[in-house]
Amino acid sequence: MSSDAVAVQGRDFYASMVLRRQLILLALAAAVFLSLCTDLALGPARYSLGQVVEALLWPGSVDEQARVILWEIRMPVALMALVVGASLSVAGMQMQTILNNPLASPFTLGISAGAGFGAALALAFGVALFPLAAEYIIPVNAFLMAMLTSLAIYALSLRQGVNNETIILLGIALVFIFNALMSLIQFFASQQAVAAVVFWTMGSLTKATWPKLWILLAILVAATPLLMRRGWALTAMRLGDAKAESMGVNLRALRLEVLLIVSLLASVSVSFVGTIGFIGLVGPHIARMLLGEDQRFLLPGSALAGALILSVGSVLSKTIIPGTVIPIGIVTAIAGIPFFLYLILSRRVSSW
Amino acid sequence: MVSLQLQDLGARVGGRQILSGITTPPLTGGNLVALLGPNAAGKSTLFRRIFGLARGGGQVNIQGATSARPIAYMPQDNGGRPVLSVYESVLLARMQGGRLKVGPEDHAKVAHVLAMLNITDLRARSVGDLSGGQRQMVGAAQALVQDPQILLMDEPTSALDLSRQLDLMALLRRLTRDRDLLIVVAMHDLGHALRHADQAMVIDRGGLVACGPTSEVVVPSLLRQVFGVETRIECCSAGLPQLIVDGRADESCLCRAVAV
Repeated sequence: MSSDAVAVQGRDFYASMVLRRQLILLALAAAVFLSLCTDLALGPARYSLGQVVEALLWPGSVDEQARVILWEIRMPVALMALVVGASLSVAGMQMQTILNNPLASPFTLGISAGAGFGAALALAFGVALFPLAAEYIIPVNAFLMAMLTSLAIYALSLRQGVNNETIILLGIALVFIFNALMSLIQFFASQQAVAAVVFWTMGSLTKATWPKLWILLAILVAATPLLMRRGWALTAMRLGDAKAESMGVNLRALRLEVLLIVSLLASVSVSFVGTIGFIGLVGPHIARMLLGEDQRFLLPGSALAGALILSVGSVLSKTIIPGTVIPIGIVTAIAGIPFFLYLILSRRVSSW
Repeated sequence: MVSLQLQDLGARVGGRQILSGITTPPLTGGNLVALLGPNAAGKSTLFRRIFGLARGGGQVNIQGATSARPIAYMPQDNGGRPVLSVYESVLLARMQGGRLKVGPEDHAKVAHVLAMLNITDLRARSVGDLSGGQRQMVGAAQALVQDPQILLMDEPTSALDLSRQLDLMALLRRLTRDRDLLIVVAMHDLGHALRHADQAMVIDRGGLVACGPTSEVVVPSLLRQVFGVETRIECCSAGLPQLIVDGRADESCLCRAVAV
């Protein structure tokens, strides 16, 4: 066979792989859109999917009441589910990549627990870790503690003899420490404050507002090209440190850069909506199974998978008990546990 | 033509001095150089130091480089379970530091390298599912696809069967001739070094013992000194030098130990 024919064959093989992945991304995007519409349709006032799509595309054509309910009440919550889901999933995926560990996620590394502790300080005692923003004291506290936790994880990861497995153990240790501190806060706090802390840790989208949504979306939109730019290097990290280094990847610099970006994504998400576990763990694994390790597809795939899971979670949280919105953190955890077990028991994880 | 010269080169890893005072004459393109030495002599560290992954004193002088990254480095296989397909992982090596979009010339290069190493059939397989020898061929492809002028290969033949060993060494030799590549191969098989390498570089306990034409370096006296083995060099039917190992130089010590 001539070398041209070999080249064409290789290109065709690659092109069909790329096409398949693009179709999967498209299907995920369609599923996200469908879930968003369903999420918007559900609630005390029910709308058909047709009405929702109409209100989305031509807001002027529906009556005022439907416009207010769909656009002003439900839309921030429904979009928050997408943006938070995407952010947590991307954060988890990159944590798994840079630590080369399938169990890494904002939840297992203690970032969510840190945020919870920061929020509890504010909810129970009104302690502001950063005194300037009185209005945003709870999310700012949560954010600062979450970032502090990420940096602690990073600092520990630089020590000699700390490998990717021990980092997960450190994360779990942090989860226990923060949970103990939260219990301590609850022990001393008023009953009202305890209720607020407990509700916060359940994770809820209902406090979503347009400004919060814009902040999160801005961070996600800014982070994506920064991560995408490092796509080849991040993919190379999955071949192991020695191989990635031999391809010219500066491991230390890349790890720090990516950890800072994804910590920001995870911290801001958690600080606005509370503890929502499993998205950051399950979203990326679904994306990996469907799309493989190439970051050019895995990154958007993780975002879409995370958005889809949380959006479906939001739909479930409204439909399990009609008339009651169960906190979404509970729903994702309960739905996530069977998947988590499957992940541990299946062969997929052993390919790490 | 590219040339590589080491000047008083040292390397420290984790606070420990692994290499020191390594000075070589210029090693030029068109040569296949065998890097020899016992286990833990510092062969891998020397590669890492040349490639810029380890720190230490001294200088690595490269003349005649035509690109910003003239060196490619194929590390020893670490036995991980990479989950990319062969095609993707070779393409990945090609695309590092480049654009996100894969161009036709990149595909042509990958296809060419896979064909050259005779692993085109493996392109859709996951690297994690391959045998050790197949993975080494993928590793070689990942290094070659970067179009290097200097290629550092850490034991590329250790898991290959005999015929693949000969194929790979013949291919490397051809590349040095056809493209003026300088290829440095760390290896344990002294016979291969003798047959295929133009030059040999021997290091022991972090220092350079000898560097020069293979026939002058790989000689019984040096092998006795560095590896502690008694050897002879004779010619095979094809007229190529063959290394015959007669046994350990300190066999008498061993006998005494057993007697006690």
